[in-house]
Amino acid sequence: MSATVPLKEETPFRRFVWEFSSSSLAVAGFLTAVVITLMALLAPILAPQNPYDLVHLDIMDGRLPPGSESMSGMTFWLGTDDQGRDMLSGIMYGLRISLGVGVGSAVIAGLIGSALGLIAAYLGGKTETAIMRLVDLQLSFPSILVALMILAFLGKGVMNVMLALVIVEWARYARTARSAALVERRREYMEAAACLALPRWRLLFRHLLPNCLPPLIVIGTIQIARAITLEATLSFLGLGVPITEPSLGLLIANGYQYMLSGKYWISFYPGIALLVTIVAINLMGDQLRDVLNPRLQK
Amino acid sequence: MYSIPGCKSESTAMSEITLEVQGLSTHFETRAGTIRAVDDVSFSVRRGRVLGLVGESGSGKSVTGFSVLGLVDPPGRIAAGRILFKGRDLTKLGEAELRGLRGNRIAMIFQDPMMTLNPVLRIDTQMMETVFAHAEVSRREAWVRSRDALGMVGIPSPEERLSAYPHQFSGGMRQRVAIAIALLHQPDLILADEPTTALDVTIQAQILAEVQRLARDHGTALIWITHDLSVVAGLADEVAVMYAGRIVENGQVSQVLKRPMHPYTHGLIGSVPSRNKRGSKLRQIPGMTPSLLNLPTGCAFRTRCQQADEKCELDPPITAPAEGRMLRCFNPQLEAIV
Amino acid sequence: MTWLLRRLVQALFIVLAMTIIVFVGVNVIGDPVDVLIPPDADQAERARAMVALGLDKPLWEQYLRFLLGVLQGDLGRSFVYNEPALQLIGSRLPATMELAVTAVLLSIVVGIPLGMFAGLKPDSWLARAIMAGSILGFSLPTFWVGLMLIMVFAVQLGWLPSTGRGETAALFGVQWSFLTRDGLAHMILPALNLALGNIALVLRLTRAGVREHLQLEYVKFARAKGLSPARVLFVHVMKNIMIPIVTVIGLEFGSVIAFAVVTETVFAWPGMGKLIIDSINVLDRPVIVAYLMVIVFLFVAINLLVDLLYTVLDPRVRLETRE
Ligand SMILES: Nc1ncnc2c1ncn2[C@@H]1O[C@H](COP(=O)(O)OP(=O)(O)OP(=O)(O)O)[C@@H](O)[C@H]1O
Ligand code: SF4
Ligand SMILES: [Mg+2]
Repeated sequence: MSATVPLKEETPFRRFVWEFSSSSLAVAGFLTAVVITLMALLAPILAPQNPYDLVHLDIMDGRLPPGSESMSGMTFWLGTDDQGRDMLSGIMYGLRISLGVGVGSAVIAGLIGSALGLIAAYLGGKTETAIMRLVDLQLSFPSILVALMILAFLGKGVMNVMLALVIVEWARYARTARSAALVERRREYMEAAACLALPRWRLLFRHLLPNCLPPLIVIGTIQIARAITLEATLSFLGLGVPITEPSLGLLIANGYQYMLSGKYWISFYPGIALLVTIVAINLMGDQLRDVLNPRLQK
Repeated sequence: MYSIPGCKSESTAMSEITLEVQGLSTHFETRAGTIRAVDDVSFSVRRGRVLGLVGESGSGKSVTGFSVLGLVDPPGRIAAGRILFKGRDLTKLGEAELRGLRGNRIAMIFQDPMMTLNPVLRIDTQMMETVFAHAEVSRREAWVRSRDALGMVGIPSPEERLSAYPHQFSGGMRQRVAIAIALLHQPDLILADEPTTALDVTIQAQILAEVQRLARDHGTALIWITHDLSVVAGLADEVAVMYAGRIVENGQVSQVLKRPMHPYTHGLIGSVPSRNKRGSKLRQIPGMTPSLLNLPTGCAFRTRCQQADEKCELDPPITAPAEGRMLRCFNPQLEAIV
Repeated sequence: MTWLLRRLVQALFIVLAMTIIVFVGVNVIGDPVDVLIPPDADQAERARAMVALGLDKPLWEQYLRFLLGVLQGDLGRSFVYNEPALQLIGSRLPATMELAVTAVLLSIVVGIPLGMFAGLKPDSWLARAIMAGSILGFSLPTFWVGLMLIMVFAVQLGWLPSTGRGETAALFGVQWSFLTRDGLAHMILPALNLALGNIALVLRLTRAGVREHLQLEYVKFARAKGLSPARVLFVHVMKNIMIPIVTVIGLEFGSVIAFAVVTETVFAWPGMGKLIIDSINVLDRPVIVAYLMVIVFLFVAINLLVDLLYTVLDPRVRLETRE
């Protein structure tokens, strides 16, 4: 695969794009992710209905199957929930919350975790031991349990869920950043930079960080998918976001009670949206891992 | 069906041919193209004799050995040739019949003793399963045979060592265990694939001497694969020199080493340190081993050969320049090694 | 033996650390009054209870009290059930345990053969399908898969029940579902749901192990001895790759118990996972604290056991630790 060389003059970015698109699955994942993101961002414009605006909801439209028409003549392509909310609109708004929480927590955790990982690698000694012990301890407990514990202490709410996700996720970034930094630290340019007597923090952030970025991006992508899954799970369990701002997980939970009576769509379509999102991100992540981090291949 | 194991042979039987390989070709179909790892190879070994198969790394020695055992895995396959083991063509046999021969009539010893034994099974397990694979005997009997085999290859207190794990043995001891396993059924043919390369020199010498003795005592034919000519000189009766999948020269050890004809053999002998007079430079064969994927047309050694001329762009034919010798070269180097 | 001792001390240390975390979580981050006093108590009752419970004492003293409670197995009473919290957890433990054990067994029984096949015939379409499926097994949210299982097998096909434990029978004075037909039927869907991620994991480990080990020299040597392919695969290769697989499965057992929280909620399985979710929702905090302590203890115990098991399984490690 890598033996063939693109014809155009090769910039690292071109090369990256070219290698990334060598997997059609990954490209499909990327395009899907773009569409989903746009849907979430543009929900207020694209959605047929504002699902939070109770004025527009008619309880008479409750639990209509997909394709039904509302009292006011609008078509519910994906049916309605128990309050007569258009599922399509609900899903688009739900995506906003799910993506927002997932991406937001992944980014914050990424910043904190990478910083701690770099510091551990750079300072070494007791600091490193302390940080990595904490990482090990954290990672030896499953994410759901840690999140559960935190939410049990703090209670529900978007902010608390984000906090829980950050606490769950930072450790993986820290581990990745540290191991990447340990490899990079031995490289020549680090020694050269050290010889030039650049200040420590500069060495750390201007030189180490950029070279540790590829593995962090790979982990970050996968962590976004994990965060979205975990948020959905917590919300499904009733421990996540509040009912006023339903994410996909909560939408699914709301429809759950009707599923046994055959009204599958209230849970099913948000579930499909969740699924497509997670799979799309994972497909991207897989290919990114192959392209950005040849060391991890195989 | 076969000669009774352990039966001492009369001198007339000494000339029996145990293995005769005729025109063997083993190819690997890879995405990059067909690799002719073994290409039109012929040789034979007699009962109680030792054939040294010499060549540099990648020349196809191991693949030749695996071909004989029918252990070439896809994408590899035997593309042509006959492998006559005591008159029976092994390439025609089914998997079950081959399995009946492996470890029984034909045994193989591998290069790296650290890798050949299963790390998580005890030595007795690994030996007794070999016994059970080919003989219906009691556990006791299998155990006794295993112990005796260990004793035969010079492992002290074999009873105790049987219940040990491989990592509790040194490299040399592990190789002895592997040899003991090969000897369990007193095979007619042993393929030893560089079994001493990974060991240090003194142990190497001990093992060489023991294997030679064991083979002679049991009338076993032995194919000793190596890239070390000095080993061949001390051990083998005959030698076959392989280069890029082909046997380029073959004959009695005494003759081939004294009067090599193929330029490659000359090069090999020149690069053996002991042959060099003090102060003279170690002669090296110039150039690199070519990749089997893009061999030069004609003689594969052409790009490194000092004797090469335009004739060599064609395939050199197999000739018999002297009694019992075989050669694949247009311009043999006839002067003897001083 | 010093190794075992060190490991024990380490485990103890982790448990201790977790008691501090839980204590701080409840008493510093959360409001301890909520934890120990029923939410419906009035102002005067609260004040009295606070003094009675020692909440006016300094924090370290409160912690020691809490620790003492943990040691004595006294973690307060559930507001909802008015039962000692630990006892309540204990009564739900068997349901969770049988579900988790079944899930682990399932992941072995399903994962290993599939993984072996995928490792032996990596290029066949079936192997590719298995691998693609395993990616889904990893990435799909457990609760969503659970819902789909219910939708397909309980609602649409009507083959299997989807809620509760079904009929149970007593063994050692504890009620078990796996002892009755009805109970087993009730267990199939939730166990499968809980096993899914682990099936994928075991399958991938097995496949990777088979592929790696088939390349190794000892396999070729075993074949050269004339052994049957079955013996080479099931004895030589499996014995090697079972060591990491057993280790991972063992370590994953804790995760399975934790993820039972989700599965039990979906399938209304009355185990301790369902209990903890209900308890969080009604702020029955003594139960929450008890659950956390129990699960931490389980985790540490499992890790310790797996470590021990590993040394027993791998002769190489066995030797090193003996010395
Ligand atoms: N599984 C395989 N797939 C593709 N090519 C192979 C395979 N096995 C062997 N070959 C090819 O066969 C050639 C001969 O290999 P072989 O192992 O027989 O060499 P050798 O003479 O034993 O070398 P060495 O001294 O290093 O053991 C190699 O150059 C390699 O290209
Ligand atoms: S055939 Fe020609 S090239 Fe080949 S070895 Fe002989 S002289 Fe050299
Ligand atoms: Mg070899």
